[in-house]
Amino acid sequence: MLQVENLKMQFGGLLAVDGVAFDVGDKQIVSVIGPNGAGKTTVFNCISGFYAPTGGSIKFQGEPIHGQADYRISRLGMVRTFQHVRLFNSMTVVENLLVAQHRHVNTNFFAGLFKTPDYRRREKEAMERAVYWLKKVNLLEHANREAGNLAYGQQRRLEIARCMVTEPKLLMLDEPAAGLNPKETKELDELILSLKEDYNISVLLIEHDMSLVMGISNSIVVINQGRPLALGTPDEIRNNAAVIKAYLGEA
Amino acid sequence: MSGLPSNAYTPDSKLTSALIASGVTFALAFAIMGMKLQGGLSPTLEAASTQTYVLIFTATALVFLFQMTREKISAFFSFIPWPRLPRYSTAHLSQSKRDQREKVVTLLFVIAALIWPFIVSRGTVDLATLVLIYVMLGLGLNIVVGLAGLLDLGYVAFYAVGAYSYALLNQYFGLSFWVCLPIAGLLAASFGFILGFPVLRLRGDYLAIVTLGFGEIIRILLNNWTQLTGGPNGIGGIPKPALFNLEFGRRAKEAGNQPFHEFFGIDYDTGYKVIFLYILAILLVLATLFVIRRLTRMPIGRAWEALREDEIACRSLGLNRTIIKLSAFTLGASFAGFAGAFFSARQGFISPESFSFIESAIILAIVVLGGMGSQLGIILAAVAMTVLPELAREFAEYRMLMFGLMMVLMMIWRPQGLLPMKRPQMELENV
Repeated sequence: MLQVENLKMQFGGLLAVDGVAFDVGDKQIVSVIGPNGAGKTTVFNCISGFYAPTGGSIKFQGEPIHGQADYRISRLGMVRTFQHVRLFNSMTVVENLLVAQHRHVNTNFFAGLFKTPDYRRREKEAMERAVYWLKKVNLLEHANREAGNLAYGQQRRLEIARCMVTEPKLLMLDEPAAGLNPKETKELDELILSLKEDYNISVLLIEHDMSLVMGISNSIVVINQGRPLALGTPDEIRNNAAVIKAYLGEA
Repeated sequence: MSGLPSNAYTPDSKLTSALIASGVTFALAFAIMGMKLQGGLSPTLEAASTQTYVLIFTATALVFLFQMTREKISAFFSFIPWPRLPRYSTAHLSQSKRDQREKVVTLLFVIAALIWPFIVSRGTVDLATLVLIYVMLGLGLNIVVGLAGLLDLGYVAFYAVGAYSYALLNQYFGLSFWVCLPIAGLLAASFGFILGFPVLRLRGDYLAIVTLGFGEIIRILLNNWTQLTGGPNGIGGIPKPALFNLEFGRRAKEAGNQPFHEFFGIDYDTGYKVIFLYILAILLVLATLFVIRRLTRMPIGRAWEALREDEIACRSLGLNRTIIKLSAFTLGASFAGFAGAFFSARQGFISPESFSFIESAIILAIVVLGGMGSQLGIILAAVAMTVLPELAREFAEYRMLMFGLMMVLMMIWRPQGLLPMKRPQMELENV
């Protein structure tokens, strides 16, 4: 589904990402791990089009996408969340989900002004899809609250729901468990697995919570100081000497 | 002042601030009153009378003393309650209830607005028409500033484009008001589109400066393109709108038209014209209100707000920010275009002087004073901003001073605006 080859990202004299390569197959969960400042989020920004990579290639479903505008990439079916939750805080929870469906609704000015049948139908569908996902992430009772007033864990779940209403093929989660308590992390674990199983999507994950990563990943990419360090199944990574050294320091 | 904690100033910072305040007082008073220019062709600077100097020094000393003792003074007067504007909030109501209430209030307002001009004087109705033009401008700018969060300081340019569209099309091609109204809206919208393109990448202060420049370009262009626009002399003799083929002048100007009073067999009265223009303005404002109310509930309105809230999140969700920002600029500009065409029809004469920067500032003040995004607030603010300077006319040169003071007090009492209404939200029913 997603192929990243020899990805390079240079900021002035700083080579933030150098030669990172991995594949994400259909219905797979791939995790990107590495120490702080290793360049994980930079890889995400390159894939999602926020940065134009200075080298290498990124293909989504066989099509090269590097250097394309971010909103076009997202429309291909690749949406992401952010390390720091980015919701539309003064809009209600349900409105957050409606904004995300901008492409699915009728945005024609006159259609909306005169409420044409097509406009009404698509607005209704958007609302139904929003309700469906609110139920799925247990936020239905908070539908009319302002998103900024939700608890942190709820905001995290809303951000994932907001991605899912766009009906993506690949979901990119940047540290979804950061700031969650163990119970919430467990729920997140179940949610991600269910997204994969029930909606046939692939997940690309950046995470520091090793129990979460090891439990659900099909494969793991380890990055250290911008360079790929290891690539393999959770078991291979767990026993990889180079990875242990990078994480624990040299003995 | 009672809101401040009593130990907000340490003695040291108190002395500094008192020195600064009295220094500013002295410098200003001295520069304005302490010196006089005498003589016509070769003016010489002369000192003012001793009495003036005594006054200046007394004022400076008073300011210094007040700054040093302001805590004690405010503590002494603390038994006088700090005046508060009435608080009216509908935040606790559900969206459908609020919509219902809004409909009733709007209906009452419209009925009152339609009966009212037959009771009061002609001058008052004329002033009310001017207020309605500002309401339209405020509502239009609110799309750009309040909803999309793009600070536009050159909004008056689109107003000018609308006004000149009607004036020029009428002068050169003899087109009537009703034909020109949509054209003026479209032209202003296309100018909004043209301005929108280069400024899309800019935010905040930078955007404000570019739009400010754009406003000035339009005004200077109108001023200097003498062959087409008549330059500073402006364009006169712009006809008033007609009601179908009834004109409101004493005699019909166009062939096939009939004067209003002859058609109904009544005596000629200039009041009919004023009331007709007023009702027309009411209709235009209602149309504007309706369209903008709809817009805020439409996908494009939601996208504007989302873009204002978090641009990066919008991009990650596949929203094209270029199109969204452009649509805000274009739609906002089109309302200024309608208002402009109506303005030139009402005025009968326009010149670039009517479209200076101060107009942009007033419209922006209406939006901010009304409470960003609140439609009812903008209507109230437009009334305040237009009527108060008229009422304060007898204060002559202190008029603008009072106006400024009012704005300062306003920002202390209600920094969120007159009616910081909860914006209309999409709500899920039966939760």
